[in-house]
Amino acid sequence: MTPVVRRHALTGAGTLFRKEVLRFWKVSFQTVAAPVLTSVLYLLVFGHVLEDRVQVYPGVGYTTFLIPGLVMMSVLQNSFANTSSSLIQSKITGNLVFLLVSPLSHHAWFVAYVGAAMVRGLVVGLGVLVVTVWFAWPPFAQPLWVLVFAGLGSALLGTLGLIAGLWAEKFDQLAAFQNFIIMPMTFLSGVFYSVHSLPGFWQGISHLNPFFYMIDGFRQGFFGMGDVSPWLSFGVVGLSFVGVSALALSLLKSGYKIRS
Amino acid sequence: MPAIEFKNVSKTFHGLRGDFQALDDVNFQIEPGEFFGLLGPNGAGKTTLISILAGLARASKGQVRVMGHDVRADYAQARQSLGIVPQELVFDPFFSVRETLRIQSGYFGIHRNDAWIDELLTELGLADKADANMRQLSGGMKRRVLVAQALVHRPPVIVLDEPTAGVDVELRQTLWKFIARLNREGHTVLLTTHYLEEAEALCGRIAMLKSGRVVALDRTSSLLAGTAHTLLRFKTDAALPAALLPRARVTGRIVQLAARDAREVEELLTTLRVAQVDIEDLELGRTDLEEVFLTIMQGAQA
Repeated sequence: MTPVVRRHALTGAGTLFRKEVLRFWKVSFQTVAAPVLTSVLYLLVFGHVLEDRVQVYPGVGYTTFLIPGLVMMSVLQNSFANTSSSLIQSKITGNLVFLLVSPLSHHAWFVAYVGAAMVRGLVVGLGVLVVTVWFAWPPFAQPLWVLVFAGLGSALLGTLGLIAGLWAEKFDQLAAFQNFIIMPMTFLSGVFYSVHSLPGFWQGISHLNPFFYMIDGFRQGFFGMGDVSPWLSFGVVGLSFVGVSALALSLLKSGYKIRS
Repeated sequence: MPAIEFKNVSKTFHGLRGDFQALDDVNFQIEPGEFFGLLGPNGAGKTTLISILAGLARASKGQVRVMGHDVRADYAQARQSLGIVPQELVFDPFFSVRETLRIQSGYFGIHRNDAWIDELLTELGLADKADANMRQLSGGMKRRVLVAQALVHRPPVIVLDEPTAGVDVELRQTLWKFIARLNREGHTVLLTTHYLEEAEALCGRIAMLKSGRVVALDRTSSLLAGTAHTLLRFKTDAALPAALLPRARVTGRIVQLAARDAREVEELLTTLRVAQVDIEDLELGRTDLEEVFLTIMQGAQA
């Protein structure tokens, strides 16, 4: 045995990132193909029923309007699912110990887990987009906003998934987090409608939902118009990301529920 | 510089049903190159102590160092110096044996490690399982992978937490041969085990824990010499006289009684004769670590 081994600080975070990507890629039928199919079904059913009855923006058909919302919903749900399910599985099966005894810093954990969640969210989102544009072609008016909000949204939900995965002790608790917080906030954020079509009170409530700003900013990139200014959305989503990241980093640093 | 240093280590777990002190002012050092045994009954605090060493738990008080690195302030260096074989048979079902070992190398910052991974696989009898998924392996094979994972970054200090629990004879032999080789090559080994014969055969020094306290710490040979050193062993179907019960080790029909000298052996036999206990297959032997362990654990009850 030669005691001299070259070690690189970046290799650790890079390895964890690759492992997290491989983990979902090895079961991509379930983690990528299935959510793409679900979104296409939403588009087919809602698009068919509402195409001739609803026009949200002038000159934009309902199916076209729906595409960015469905893409973003897939990005958000899958980013959240990647970190949260990976962490809870590792905690419950006990294999998180291999990571806990490693010299990786809490920053490395954060970057690797959130990075892999972004990859999963963006891959699924791209999959949904590639399939749905065959039904209606959105104009891609301001593509930079598309990239900014897809990136920020997946990072924010990947980080929320990290927090949920650390907090949850059972699959049941994680499912509750997903079904009672993430799902309603996504559905009520304006994926299927413009919040301007809502009564005043519910419009006000929608403006308190950070998910609304992610969807609206993302849609701005496609149609060049939205319910609020994209800069306001950028500010709200950016600040939310900074806030949840600070929380996630402090939980990782203190070993919340993973180191006794 | 000691390989491992525990200094005034205490650990209290705070629970809903009150506090539980798992470790109470633990102090000892393990020198580089030692083969050290940590013994104690279930719940004595062995795994808690090892968890603190590995960074899985945090001491409420005191300091722990690995090769001079504090496990909290300088955790990255401390963990680079340490290879832990956990007690539970854990694995990641998504990966093959080789992938598992490459990933573990990567966590420690090592990019190309296949030469050493191949050597580990060969030494631990895993070469033909390299591409098998972890789920397909038997319990014994999974245990071997755990050992390989602990050694993948060539740590100078190796900690084995009950590595032979539920393991067949062949693996036990393979494992001890390999660990003994690593120890000869200069690695420090800390072992916890329930098999006291293993500890007696392998460990140069031993610490015994009871209820979170170190109740014995000495060279294995000194521990063996320090207690009654003759062991009286026989079989019987009869009940033992009440006077002998507290000091007897009874396993089914087999009874073992420790004695300091020939005179005490004679007294024991007299007590048995007076009580009219029929005995068979009488043997005299040297005390083993199990006897030392039981004596110390009983003594520490007070």
